[in-house]
Amino acid sequence: MQTALRTSLPETELASRANFAPHARVVREERQDERRIQASGLPLSIRGLRKSFGDNEVLRGIDLHIPAGQFVAIVGKSGCGKSTLLRLIAGLEKIDAGSISFGQDIQPEDIRVMFQEPRLLPWARVLANVEVGLGRDRASTDAHARAEKALTEVGLADKREQWPSVLSGGQKQRVALGRALVSRPRVLAFDEPLGALDALTRISMQRLLERVWRDQGFTAILVTHDVSEAVALADRVLVIEEGRIAHDVTVNAARPRQRGSADLAGLEGSILSHLLSADDRT
Amino acid sequence: MSLIDSISLPRSISLPRIDGLIQWIVPLAIIGIWQVASVTGFVPTRVLPAPSDVVLAGWKLLLSGELVRNIWVSFWRASIGFLIGGSIGFAFGLANGLSQLSARLTDTTLQMVRNVPHLALIPLVILWFGIDESAKLFLVALGVFFPIYLNTLHGIRTVDPQLIEMGRIYGMTDGELFRRVIFPGALPSIFVGIRFALGIMWLTLIVAETIAASSGLGYMAMQAREFMLIDVVVLSILIYALLGKLADSASRVLERLTLSWHPAFQKR
Ligand SMILES: Nc1ncnc2c1ncn2[C@@H]1O[C@H](COP(=O)(O)OP(=O)(O)OP(=O)(O)O)[C@@H](O)[C@H]1O
Ligand SMILES: [Mg+2]
Repeated sequence: MQTALRTSLPETELASRANFAPHARVVREERQDERRIQASGLPLSIRGLRKSFGDNEVLRGIDLHIPAGQFVAIVGKSGCGKSTLLRLIAGLEKIDAGSISFGQDIQPEDIRVMFQEPRLLPWARVLANVEVGLGRDRASTDAHARAEKALTEVGLADKREQWPSVLSGGQKQRVALGRALVSRPRVLAFDEPLGALDALTRISMQRLLERVWRDQGFTAILVTHDVSEAVALADRVLVIEEGRIAHDVTVNAARPRQRGSADLAGLEGSILSHLLSADDRT
Repeated sequence: MSLIDSISLPRSISLPRIDGLIQWIVPLAIIGIWQVASVTGFVPTRVLPAPSDVVLAGWKLLLSGELVRNIWVSFWRASIGFLIGGSIGFAFGLANGLSQLSARLTDTTLQMVRNVPHLALIPLVILWFGIDESAKLFLVALGVFFPIYLNTLHGIRTVDPQLIEMGRIYGMTDGELFRRVIFPGALPSIFVGIRFALGIMWLTLIVAETIAASSGLGYMAMQAREFMLIDVVVLSILIYALLGKLADSASRVLERLTLSWHPAFQKR
């Protein structure tokens, strides 16, 4: 919680406070802390990205830059290639043409994906499922402690010894989130992670996503069908049409955001009309 | 009252002691009626001896040591045959489930061999091995091979590909992927194969021992038939049934232990 508050402290305020001698040391520490958290997200540059399946040209040249730590939502009609883009970013499919770069060499643990299905191992207890997320660090001595910490972050510490089959849909998805978070990823890609949840669970999961994103500062890429979810969570909403990024909408509303506030509703309306007008044209 | 009360109802109040006894009511009643029918002469003892006579015959054979020896021989044949056929079936199931090359190389052949009823091979097997131990082991192993092979293969092929992808994303090596995802995922199906195979194992052994053996339960039954010892014949049949039941229970216990994660085994 502490870190969340600190990261949200605007740069200008830090600068002005630096003028007061008694605060100087504190501020320097905060700055360092800030840099560490900034470093935890990775920027993402995509150039001329293309992908086809047979004759089906799904992505026809995606150009995109995502600054480190940004929360980006991707919306578009069903079948427009959102999942494909995400899978390319996560390295699950081969690129046909173009490039994706993270500005530096990355470890497999730096990028994590969360899917609509929780994909938990039914034969492993909740805690063991979270440990899977450690990747090559699974054998390390602090694996247990790290998994427990991640489980606490998603609020399921008391379920650590349960089988996944006894959990609710939302709880399973939270375990999957814990598993994705446990390796402290620097890019987290979500493919409709809340698509299968009921409305109330969705909202509480959205809050959880926003909270961990603010705590940890990873770069978040969220594919969603739900435009209101996109504007509620993201700094920026991308609309994909015909294999390209057709619209790039910045969401400026301050956080924490008021769901259903007038400016969010206005944005949502305009994005929806983009989507629908594309529908009319075809 | 619903007719389908065996499914779910996880929280129903169960009375374990009565539950444990309830399954024995029908067998005990049948034995009781059978005894009464024999004693009153309703069923002639030439057709079916009274349960008490069967118990008596069993007691005599037990004292002479013959019973234990024959049971031991049959049990030994069954286990060794099962182990041999089961391991080979399991190995082929693994290989063909994990490797396309191996599957293309051997699966069609194995599927063709499967269509030969293994008991039809008895004359050939006798020509090859005589009535030696190896004849029985061969037949049992052959019978056990296919259910284990088919179900291991099926289990591995039907492991959720999304889980396999998940394992790869999270950096599991091939070995880890097998140990943590593929094998546990295939295990329920492998157990189906094992239970099927246990049934076939006893069936094969009975037939083989009846036709070509000089020891074992089947042989004991055939000997008794020559001397018109119908109580011993019935005793052998009952012991076969008992051994079959024991093997099945053992596999169920093993299943319950290893599949405790499975929702079907979580009715505590
Ligand atoms: N592995 C694949 N092989 C062949 N075609 C594929 C494959 N994956 C995706 N496609 C095709 O690529 C297109 C885009 O699929 P994708 O899953 O990316 O869409 P999406 O935008 O995620 O849709 P949805 O919103 O319904 O999830 C579809 O036409 C789909 O049929
Ligand atoms: Mg999709």
